[in-house]
Amino acid sequence: MGLSGLEIYKLLPKTNCKECGFPTCLAFAMKLSQKQAELSACPYVSEEAKAALAAASAPPIRLITVGSGDHKIEVGNETVIFRHEKTFYHPPGIFVRVKDTQPLAEVEELAARVDGYSVERVGLNLHLNGIAVENASGQADTFATCVAAVKGKTKLPLILMADDPAAMKAGLAKLDGDNPLIYAAKPENWQAMAALAKEHKVPIVARAPDGDLTALANLTEQITGAGVEDIVLDPGARGFADSLAALTQIRRLALKKNFRPLGYPVITFPGEGAESEAEEAMLAGEHIAKYAGFIVLDHFDPATAYILLTLRLNIYTDPQKPIQVSPGVYEINGPGPDSPLLTTTNFSLTYFSVAGEVDGSGVPSWLLICDSEGMSVLTAWAAGNFDAEVIAKAVKSFGVESKINHRKIVIPGAVAVISGELEEELPGWEVRVGPREAVDIPMYLKNVWN
Amino acid sequence: MPVTVEIPKEKWTGSVREVTLGATAEQGGTRAKTVTVGGETSLPFLHFEGKYPHPPVVAVEIHDNHPDDWSPLLLKAWGDVTRDPAAWARKAEEIGADLIMLRLRGVDSAGTETTAAQAVAVVKAVLGATGLPLIVRGPGQAERDNELLVAVAEAASGERIALGLCEDKNYRTIVAAALAHNQLVIASTPIDVNLAKQLNILISDMNLPLDRVLMDPTTGALGYGLEYSYSVMERLRLAALQGDGMTQQPMICFAGEESWRQKESKVGEGVPAAWGDWYKRAVTWEATTAISLLNSGADIVTLRHPDNVPVVKKAIEKLMAS
Repeated sequence: MGLSGLEIYKLLPKTNCKECGFPTCLAFAMKLSQKQAELSACPYVSEEAKAALAAASAPPIRLITVGSGDHKIEVGNETVIFRHEKTFYHPPGIFVRVKDTQPLAEVEELAARVDGYSVERVGLNLHLNGIAVENASGQADTFATCVAAVKGKTKLPLILMADDPAAMKAGLAKLDGDNPLIYAAKPENWQAMAALAKEHKVPIVARAPDGDLTALANLTEQITGAGVEDIVLDPGARGFADSLAALTQIRRLALKKNFRPLGYPVITFPGEGAESEAEEAMLAGEHIAKYAGFIVLDHFDPATAYILLTLRLNIYTDPQKPIQVSPGVYEINGPGPDSPLLTTTNFSLTYFSVAGEVDGSGVPSWLLICDSEGMSVLTAWAAGNFDAEVIAKAVKSFGVESKINHRKIVIPGAVAVISGELEEELPGWEVRVGPREAVDIPMYLKNVWN
Repeated sequence: MPVTVEIPKEKWTGSVREVTLGATAEQGGTRAKTVTVGGETSLPFLHFEGKYPHPPVVAVEIHDNHPDDWSPLLLKAWGDVTRDPAAWARKAEEIGADLIMLRLRGVDSAGTETTAAQAVAVVKAVLGATGLPLIVRGPGQAERDNELLVAVAEAASGERIALGLCEDKNYRTIVAAALAHNQLVIASTPIDVNLAKQLNILISDMNLPLDRVLMDPTTGALGYGLEYSYSVMERLRLAALQGDGMTQQPMICFAGEESWRQKESKVGEGVPAAWGDWYKRAVTWEATTAISLLNSGADIVTLRHPDNVPVVKKAIEKLMAS
């Protein structure tokens, strides 16, 4: 969200002294706006101008880091409202909440399960990002004990939730150097909370009265005024419609109006706006798609975790770059010359669905992956990236004929129409039409092949 | 000096077209009520900047013949009614469906092809069993669709049934049948803004009023192309609000069909432990697919699992609370 050359010119001395190496201040300003010059080249620029230019070049949504080391999570720094405009960059951190009123053993067990949860999808290992510990007891020492217990079970980032600055202080004392996010500075306690954030150099959540964005903006101004810059917003809205409105408005204010006081990531608590676990999952799904930076769940369940991590992967996939695998011949279950040969596209979801099913079938097989520019079977076929010519070319270029002693190739059922053309492209070959869906491959290999 | 926040509102010039499914006796049909979708003048559920006159609705998918290929979870949840389309439709209405989507499978369990007369008989039985408006979809092969849907359109003349799917290769026949018998059509295109516009143009060139056209942008399930549908729907809806008349049809998304096709929903054993409980995973997979599509502009979502009907309807109700 840079300034224009003219806007920068207004901040310069306008003396045309040429000491920057440019003939005029205006020429220098133009180069600055194109990021082809450094402001430090001007020996006479005022501190005020420096601050204004630095602020203008800062990202409209501040990048916030929580946690440290390998497990830290960074959110913010987004540049668009709709993913098709470019892409969404920093997937929201998904946290699970524990309370210090729960038995310690239960808290530790849950922390360990969240820590250990991992699921594979399209070759990626997806996992949850951390745990939020809430001071529900109101007691500082109970909170500190609970925080220490959670820390003992996980290196994932933590969010500390306490209204009482004394409790927060006790919790923070257990996490020296761990960079937790602290929740929350409110209009009534922000000074003490901001002081803790400053002392421990940790990010802090600003929480306004429900849905009042003006109050929230004024709160963040107070917090930055106290010297704390790493802020996360809680607009207080909890339901399906009000949280959608608040998160959309904050995103628009940051990106379209470059409104600094709300130029921060947002934290949501879908469990607080839901009547059931099913509703919590749906609301968390809404928050993944619509602009949350941190999502704190009240329930941990592997099925829900898998679903939300998959949705997050979908929404944060770069629309211009589908995830793909390298074309080539893949060996599954140790195939020999007699083993079946199957082919499909190099869209990673297609590859992993097919490879997973072939692997699960136990049948040794060859899998020929064509270069179809990362498209799924039907899309690639429609675009001419998975037709008879492409498959025949892959058969030849990857030396398939020297690996097998038969001349049979199984194509996906969805492109049955190309079987005739493929037989023309590959003289002497028999083209077989396989199942439409990957899930039916094991049955096909066991019953239909041979 | 306190800052003040001015809520940024987009000034849209266009709106989604209103489409009414079903016709009551006064309107030439037999439905107990009609369902109107569309009319919105904002992006999904942003009540602060536009109108959302009609909440999105839930259609429950039923089949003319027993769906042997369905997930055991679905068959167990529905029980015996899957062998009796009329009873199935009645059950769907009882659990809160706004619409019934009847899918003509094209073949029965034994593999025998459905005749046009059989299709008509099933449609009549379903119309008799429920007062809800109907969507009727063919087997999905252009020739068979034409054969069955033309007969259905004629036999249920005046009911304002939404007939589908109308694709570039068969739209003429289906649109002609809809024109002749006061039905609606579902215009279906594969995840592409321009193809969707083009088909709407072709259909309106045949003089079918656009308030009788729903748009199927093609649904990808969660984990299986959802992101493509999501973005194409956002782009279609933005174009509609910016005033592009050929993108202003309400959108229908087959969330149930797509989610329940996937391994996560179909298979309970031999899957990674990290996938969690089968029922919970499968049901939430469908609900999450549905909510994502609603948030990108769906006006009608179709569901398969009965337990999700109240859950998704409740979420819509909450999204409509302004």
